[in-house]
Amino acid sequence: MLLIYCPYCQVERAETEFHCGGEAHIARPADPSKASDEDWVEFLYMRTNTKGIAAERWRHNNGCGRFFNAVRDTVSDKFLKFYKAGEPMPDLEAIAKEAGK
Amino acid sequence: MSQPFRTEKGGRIDRAEQLSFTFDGEEMHGHKGDTLASALLANGVHLVGRSFKYHRPRGIISAGSEEPNALVGVYRHGDQTPNLRATQVELYQGLEAISQNRFPSLGFDIGAVNDSLSRFFPAGFYYKTFMWPKSFWDRVYEPIIRAAAGLGKPPKNPDQDSYGNIYAHCDVLIVGSGPTGLAAALAAAETGAKVILCDEQAEFGGTLLSETSASIDGKEPADWVTETIAKLSAMDNVTLLTRTTAYGYFAHNFIALAERVTEHVSKPDPKLPRERLWQVRAKEVVIAAGSIERPMVFPENDRPGILLAEAGRTYLNRYGVKVGHKVLVATACDTAWQAAFDLADHGVEVAAIADMREAPPENLVSIANARGIRVESGCVVTGTLGRKRVKAALLGRLMTSGQVASAGQIECDALLMSGGWTPTVSLYSQSRGKVVWDAEKGAYVPGKSVQNERSAGAAKGLYGLQASLEDGYAAGEEAAKAATGKSAKVTYAASTGGDAGSGGTLGAIPHDRNASTVKAFVDYQNDVTAKDVKLAVREGMQSIEHIKRYTTTGMATDQGRLSNMNALQIASGALQRPMTEVGLTTFRQPYTPTTFGLFAGVARGDFFDPVRKTPSHEWVVKNGGVFEDVGQWKRTWYFPKNGEDMHAAVARECKTVRDSVGLFDASTLGKIEVVGPDAAEFLERMYTNPWKKLAPGRCRYGLLLNDAGYITDDGVIGRLADDRFHVTTTTGGAPSVFSTMEDYLQTEWPDLDVWITSTTEQYAVAAVQGPKAREVIAPFIEGIDLSADAFPHMSVKEGTFCGVPCRLFRISFTGELGFEINVPRRHGKMMWETLAKEIEKYDGTTYGTESMHVLRAEKGYIIVGQDTDGTVTPQDAGMTWAIGKKKLDFVGKRGLERPDMIADNRKQFVGLLTKDPKVKLEEGAQITAAGNPATGTPAEGHVTSSYYSPALDRNIALAVVKNGHALEGKTLYVPMPDGSIPVEVTGTVFYDKEGARINV
Amino acid sequence: MSDLLASDLITPDAGESPLLNQGSVSILKAAPIARLSFRAREASLKAAGSVFGAALPTTPLACETAVKRAALWMGPDEWTLLAPEEDLKEVFEGIEAKLGDEPHALVDISERSEAVIVSGEKAVWLLNTGIFIDFSLDAFPVGTVTRTIFHKSPVMVWRTGSDTFVVEAWVSFMDYVAGLLVQSAQELEAA
Ligand SMILES: [Zn+2]
Repeated sequence: MLLIYCPYCQVERAETEFHCGGEAHIARPADPSKASDEDWVEFLYMRTNTKGIAAERWRHNNGCGRFFNAVRDTVSDKFLKFYKAGEPMPDLEAIAKEAGK
Repeated sequence: MSQPFRTEKGGRIDRAEQLSFTFDGEEMHGHKGDTLASALLANGVHLVGRSFKYHRPRGIISAGSEEPNALVGVYRHGDQTPNLRATQVELYQGLEAISQNRFPSLGFDIGAVNDSLSRFFPAGFYYKTFMWPKSFWDRVYEPIIRAAAGLGKPPKNPDQDSYGNIYAHCDVLIVGSGPTGLAAALAAAETGAKVILCDEQAEFGGTLLSETSASIDGKEPADWVTETIAKLSAMDNVTLLTRTTAYGYFAHNFIALAERVTEHVSKPDPKLPRERLWQVRAKEVVIAAGSIERPMVFPENDRPGILLAEAGRTYLNRYGVKVGHKVLVATACDTAWQAAFDLADHGVEVAAIADMREAPPENLVSIANARGIRVESGCVVTGTLGRKRVKAALLGRLMTSGQVASAGQIECDALLMSGGWTPTVSLYSQSRGKVVWDAEKGAYVPGKSVQNERSAGAAKGLYGLQASLEDGYAAGEEAAKAATGKSAKVTYAASTGGDAGSGGTLGAIPHDRNASTVKAFVDYQNDVTAKDVKLAVREGMQSIEHIKRYTTTGMATDQGRLSNMNALQIASGALQRPMTEVGLTTFRQPYTPTTFGLFAGVARGDFFDPVRKTPSHEWVVKNGGVFEDVGQWKRTWYFPKNGEDMHAAVARECKTVRDSVGLFDASTLGKIEVVGPDAAEFLERMYTNPWKKLAPGRCRYGLLLNDAGYITDDGVIGRLADDRFHVTTTTGGAPSVFSTMEDYLQTEWPDLDVWITSTTEQYAVAAVQGPKAREVIAPFIEGIDLSADAFPHMSVKEGTFCGVPCRLFRISFTGELGFEINVPRRHGKMMWETLAKEIEKYDGTTYGTESMHVLRAEKGYIIVGQDTDGTVTPQDAGMTWAIGKKKLDFVGKRGLERPDMIADNRKQFVGLLTKDPKVKLEEGAQITAAGNPATGTPAEGHVTSSYYSPALDRNIALAVVKNGHALEGKTLYVPMPDGSIPVEVTGTVFYDKEGARINV
Repeated sequence: MSDLLASDLITPDAGESPLLNQGSVSILKAAPIARLSFRAREASLKAAGSVFGAALPTTPLACETAVKRAALWMGPDEWTLLAPEEDLKEVFEGIEAKLGDEPHALVDISERSEAVIVSGEKAVWLLNTGIFIDFSLDAFPVGTVTRTIFHKSPVMVWRTGSDTFVVEAWVSFMDYVAGLLVQSAQELEAA
C-alpha cells in the first residue's frame, strides 16, 4: 500500500484514501470544436504509459477531495514529487537525474 | 506417560506440567513449552506425513517455519485446519492433530505405489501426461490428480473464529529476535524511537534459546534473553510481538505481520481474535531473520529420522528431546559438530561424524576425540536404509579423482545433516532488493537497499555470536538515527562461544550408487529430486524460473528456502554455466502460508461491506417487503401481499400505480447541490441540455456524457434559485458523477465560481405516482399550490410536509402524474409511514424497484447501465431531443462528432414485441436477422430490458440493434436453445404514447 | 470533559444509551447538531468567520472553536461549520446576508451524517483497528480533523481531546462504522 503525500492536506496518508487518475497534464482543448478528429482521439485515449519517471494525477477522495499531481517512478513505485493541480509539469528529466536514474 | 526420547533434564519445557494430545487418534504426552514436533519426537515419532507425489514416508526435518514435511491438520471447534507446520504448532492440553497425504493410514498408504512407479512421474510429468485431449482435463485428469495429490483437506464448516486488524506506525520495525534482532531492538529503543520487535516463534531469543555453549555478558544466552526482554517490555516506546510472522514486505515500507493470538491456547476466549493482521508502516526496518541450514542432497535423504543438524540441537537443548539413541552426523561444515558434542554430552551415542571435507578443523576433531566420537573425514552419506525410520546409512569415501568408494554401512536411528547455511533473504527480496552472490560466503546476500531497510547478522551472511550482536546494535542505532535523527549511547554486550565456523556445500552429494534409480531429494515437499532438475535442463529449460515451474522445485510452502541453493547448483552443473548466470527465483509474499481468515479480517458476514439502508427500511421489514442489493444499498424489490409470488406482486403494483397511486422510496438516488454564481454555466458545460434559461422553480431531465460522447448518467435537475440547483443522479452513479464534476471543476474550469456538495443522505425521498398522487400528498403539503397550472409537470418548490421543510418535485418516472418529496433525512420515516397510511384511502400500493423498472420500460425511459453499456450515444438512444443544439460545447459534444459516432450501423435503442405475446425474452439474449443463423454469424444486437407489462397484458422488451431505428416493423430473431423467437421491432414507448397521463 | 474542544457543542445524545461502555474505551452517540458546508475563496473567509462566530482556519486539518461554534478545515476551499441545531437558520441566513453576491456556496448538511464520540485510553487503539493514520499526539494533535477511511466506509475524525475523538459518517454508513467499532472493542473485555 503506497504512502502518498497530499500537497493540500500536507500530510502523508495511506493509498486507500486516494484514487489514481492516470497520466497528468492532458488538458482538455479550450475549444473542442476546433480540434481535429485526430486531436480529439489523442486527447481521449492516447497515453504514454511510461516505464520509469512519469507525472500522474491523484485525487485525495477520502480526504480533502482535491486533485493533485505526483511524479512517480512506475518501476520502483517511488514518488519523487507531489504538486498542486494547475502547477506546471516539472522537468522530469532533471528529477530522474537527481534520483540517480 | 513414557516419553522415551526425553532427556533427563534441561530444555525450556515445563516438566511439571504434562499435557496430553493425540496424533492420528493415538494419545501421547508432552510438556508445556513443547511444539507438536518436539512432543512427537519425544515419543519417538518421526513419521508424520507422506510426500506429495510419491507418498513416501516423511519425518520432521527442521525445527522452524521452513518445515517441508511435518504438515498436519489440527482440530479447532470440531473442524481441522490443514497444512500447519508441526514445528510451529505449540502443544496444549487436548490438542488433536492428524497427518496428511495418506490413505487409508499413515503406516499403510496406497498412494505409495507411486513411489515404485516413479519412473512414470518425472519432472514435467503433469505437463506431459495430461496434455490431450483437452476435454479430459475437467472430467478425468484433474479429479485424479486432485484425489491423489494435494496438501491436506480444506475445513468443511464456516470459520467460527474472528480475526482482528490493527494499523500501526513505528520508527523501527525489527524482524527476528535472535542475538541480532535483540541487540538491534536494544539500540533502537534506547534512542526513544518507536520500536516494534516481532518474532514468529512463541518465545523471543531465536537461536539463543538453544545455545548452551556460549555466554553473553557472562550469562547463559537464554538468561540474557530474559533480561533483555524484561528491559524492552518496560519501555513505553517498544511493542513486543511473539508468534508474529512478518510475511509480506510491500512498497513504501509497508509490512504485514500475522500475529497468532489464540492458536496456542486449549480453550481460547471467544472474545479474542484467533489471529491479528498488523499492517505496519515503518520508517525503517531491520531484517534480522537469521539463516537456515541446508539439507545435504544424498540418495534417500528423506527417510524419517533424518533431520537438519541444528534442528537436532534445538530439539535437544531447547525442548529436552533426543532425536535418536544412535545418531549419525553428516556434514560439510563446522556447526554440525556442536550438535554431535551436545548429544554426546546428553548421553546419546553418536555413531560417527562424517564430514565431507578432507581436513575438518583440528580443534573440532580433538574435541570429538576427547568424547570418543568416531570421525570420518572426506566421507559422505551415499544412501540410507529403513522404510518408516532410518536404520542405517551407507558411507562413501571421496576420492581425489572425484569418484566415491564405498566405505561401508553404519547403523543409526537418526541422522543429522548440514550442508551449511543460507541467509534468509526472503523479506529483503520482497522489498524488491536484488540479492548478490558472495563467493566467499558461498551464498546470496542482500545487495543495495531499495527501501528503508537493512539486513543484519546471519540474514546477510554474517555468522558468529559476537559478530551478530555487534551488527545488530549497529543496525538498530543506524535505523533509529535514520528514522528519528536521534541517537543514544548503548553499551554492547560481550559474548564468548557461538563461533562462526567454516565449511558448507551446495548441490548433489557425489555417490557410488546407480544414478538412474536412486532418489536424492532437493525439494522434499514437492518430491523434486536432483535427477528431476537435471532432466529439466536436458529437456531445454535454461532459466531457473523455467526449471522451477517445470519441476516445481521451490514451489513448496517454504518457497525454496531449503531447496533453492541446492537446486541452483545442480542446474548450474547441468547447464555448465556459473551459478550466478542461472539466476535466482524471486521470493514473494507471503513468507509462510497465511490464512484466508487473516486476509478477510472483519470483512465477513454482516460487515463484509457497509449495508446502507433508507429510512423506510424498518417499515418495509415489518410489512414483508423483499429487498434487493443495489450496490451497497438495500432497496425494496417488491411488496408481496397475501402470499403473492414476485410476478403477481409486481403485476398488482404496476396496475395499482396506473389505476390509482403508488408509493416508492427514492432516497438512494444521488443528490448533488450545485451552488454559486456560475452554477448554470457549470451545468451547461457538464450536461447535454441547456440550463441557463431554466427558470427557478422548474426542472429538466439532464443527460450526462463522457468526453467520448457516451451516456454515463442521467437525472432530473431542479433550479431552486438563480445560483442553486438540486441535481439528481442514478443510485449507482452518485459517487462517480460527483467525482467527475469535481475533476472538471478543479482541473479544467478552476475559474468558475461554483461549488458542489453531496446531499444524497441529507434528504429522504418518497415518490408518489399515479392519478391519485395529488390527492395523496395534498393534505400534508403546505406553502405550495399543487394545482396543475401553478405546479405543472417538471416543477420544483420548497414548502413543508407535515410541518417539516421539504423540496417538492413534480416529476415522473412512470408516465403518470407524479411527485417526489424530499425531507430532511431524520423525518424520512415519518414521511414514509404517513404516506403509506394515506394511500390506503385510495387502494394504493407501495411498490419496489422491479415495478419501477416495468413502469419506466412501458414508457421507454432508459436505465443508464442497463439499457446503456458505455457505448451508447444520445443518438443511439433516440435522445437527440436532450441535446442543446445551440450549445458550443458540453462534455461529450466533440466526441459525438467523430466519424465513428455518426457512422451507419451503430446499435440503436428500440422496442421489441415477441410475435407470441406470452413469450418473454431473456435480458442479454442476442438478436439476429435470420431465424437460424449459421454458426459464427455476428449478432445484430441484444436485449437490454424485458418484462411482462401489466398495462399491455403482454411481454415487452427494449434492445439495442444495428440501425434499429430504420427497422421498425421488421422481424428479427432471438435464437435460444429451444429455437428462435421471432420479434417485431417497434418504437420504445409502449404505453400512453402521447404522454397525456403525465399532464393532469 | 471540560478540557475537551467544543464540549458545549459535541455532547452525548441524552436519549441514547452508550453503544459501548467499558473501562478503557466508550462509544457514545452524539446529539444532533447543525452542520453547514461552506465553500468559498480566500477573500470571503474573514467575513464568513466574523458572522459565524469562529474564524475559518486556513491551516490544513485544523479547527477553530468558539462558544457553541466550530469551524473545521475540510479542504483548501471547504469548511464544515458546526453550531447547535436551533441556530441553523440564524447561521445560514447570517452568512448569506453578510456575503451577499460574493461567490460562495452554503449548503445544509446537518442530516447527512451522524457522529459518535470515542473516548478512553484505548480510543486510539480502537480507531487504529480500522483507520490507517498515526494517531500519536505528535502526528495528530488535539484539534486535528480529517476525512479518512474506516475499513470500507468514509469517515471524518476529529480529535477533541487527547483520548477523545468525534467520528462522523454518512448516516447509512453509521451502522457499519459503529458496529465494527463495538465488535473490535470486544477483545478488550477478554480475561
Ligand atoms: Zn488532501
